[in-house]
Amino acid sequence: MSKQILQSFPAETPVQPSVRLRKFSRRFGTTNVLDGLDLDIAPGEFVALLGRSGSGKTTLLRTLAGLDAIAEQDVRVPAKRAVVFQDARLLPWKKVWRNVALGLPGNARDAKAKAQAALSEVGLAHRLEAWPLTLSGGESQRTALARALVREPELLLLDEPFASLDALTRIKMHGLVLDLWRAHRPSVLLVTHDVDEAIALADRILVLDKGRIAAEERVALPRQRDAEGRSHGLRRRLLAHLGVETPATAHGDAALLSFPTGEVVS
Amino acid sequence: MALAETITGADRAPALRFPRATWPTLGRWVSPLVLLLLWELGVRSGLIPPRVLAAPSDVLATMWAMTISGELPSNVAVSLGRAAAGLAIGLTFGVILGLTAGLTKTGEAAIDPLMQIKRTIPSLALAPLFIVWFGIGETPKIVLIAIATVFPVYLNTFAGVRGVDKRLVEAARSLGLKGPSLIFHVILPGALPSFFVGLRYAIGISILVLVVAEQINAQAGIGQLINAARDFMRTDIIVVCLIVYALLGLAGDAFVRALERRALAWRPSFVEG
Ligand SMILES: Nc1ncnc2c1ncn2[C@@H]1O[C@H](COP(=O)(O)OP(=O)(O)OP(=O)(O)O)[C@@H](O)[C@H]1O
Ligand SMILES: [Mg+2]
Repeated sequence: MSKQILQSFPAETPVQPSVRLRKFSRRFGTTNVLDGLDLDIAPGEFVALLGRSGSGKTTLLRTLAGLDAIAEQDVRVPAKRAVVFQDARLLPWKKVWRNVALGLPGNARDAKAKAQAALSEVGLAHRLEAWPLTLSGGESQRTALARALVREPELLLLDEPFASLDALTRIKMHGLVLDLWRAHRPSVLLVTHDVDEAIALADRILVLDKGRIAAEERVALPRQRDAEGRSHGLRRRLLAHLGVETPATAHGDAALLSFPTGEVVS
Repeated sequence: MALAETITGADRAPALRFPRATWPTLGRWVSPLVLLLLWELGVRSGLIPPRVLAAPSDVLATMWAMTISGELPSNVAVSLGRAAAGLAIGLTFGVILGLTAGLTKTGEAAIDPLMQIKRTIPSLALAPLFIVWFGIGETPKIVLIAIATVFPVYLNTFAGVRGVDKRLVEAARSLGLKGPSLIFHVILPGALPSFFVGLRYAIGISILVLVVAEQINAQAGIGQLINAARDFMRTDIIVVCLIVYALLGLAGDAFVRALERRALAWRPSFVEG
């Protein structure tokens, strides 16, 4: 339903873009990493950014995050932004919930309640009091995601947040990110190396090359896309066996597929 | 009983079996105990005159007597007070200077050269100067300890601040932290492990310097006990004082360890245990 709202935006001319860059350039030494780049992201739009290594994806993301100086260039971003880095970057000396609550305005009790709620959303309600160094890679990234979402950002910046996770965890994280995106509706810029990941998640996919957006693809498929486009039945069944819910399949169906005798084991 | 059985049971060849874990730790006590025993026997047999070295049993007896009479505790308290006062001053300055140099470029430019110059002068060599300046009372002793402990605290605090993971700082900035809250939540906790290294050094140095500083005309303290014992050739008292110095060092280490366990509870090495 929310998807329909999004699709009802006129695609080419978003009324009030959430992010707007014009002729943005950024140079390191003598090389222009970003060179006259234009970018618009609509409110609530999920954009994936692909590009080969060193093409400037992180540089662009850091600019949008406000982590680098922009030297009076034409950059418009929402005030409320949050970043999830490739490495979770949790403060190891703060318990999980304090990491999530870090920097939240208001009194401590409200901040804790918000942190708790956000951690529940990412399925970590039971690790509130854990030290970050005891978390698994996936749990760390979910914590980082909770820390970003608890700020109710209008723009969520994800820099290859799943690159270091195993394939299974990554698929679970895709589902989680989509759920959270649907629930909170931030604009999202997801930097990734992974074409399948981009296809699976984004409304629009950009390719960064030679300092500019070199290509743009709109993904018209409904979500729950089978990234591979083949062997979906088997893949789904295997994933179900491994404990990954693929959203296209209802629970009962999956069970029936897995256990031809109709025996439900759960 | 079970043990005796296996030992006497001659048919079972490898009878004597200590659990793997305890045998090496027990083994570590053997050589010190043998040494103590030889020492005791040496003195008892007259091989070592008590004026050269008192027997361990006499040392223990003296220690007990001095404790009962209150002589030892009161003097230990005086020495401990000196070390603590000097250490407190050294810590305070070390931390303030280390943070200032670590957090600001100007601070580094102003402070670091001076500290590096100071480092080249052995602190103990300053004793004569301090005696000229402060006389032979408590002040030169405390100042000497303070001066000697400033550097390790300064250096490790400075390095700790500079060594804080830049990526964490950046992440915290992206969450809106800046200025004092960034320092409080990210930089200080990040510098803490390194600070503790400095603290450990400082405690060790404070006791070392205490030993020397107390030779400056002490009217009370372990140093005074040693001096008096030397004049009367009471080697038992001298050994008692050496034991006290050693115990002070051990206590200091245990103190830092306990602090670390609380303050650095997040570190993997502590997280597990
Ligand atoms: N602070 C910096 N100083 C100098 N050069 C830099 C700096 N940051 C980035 N670069 C250079 O800019 C280029 C783009 O870097 P960037 O990190 O944006 O690439 P990326 O697209 O994110 O690559 P990857 O996919 O490998 O993460 C690289 O050639 C990099 O060496
Ligand atoms: Mg990058």
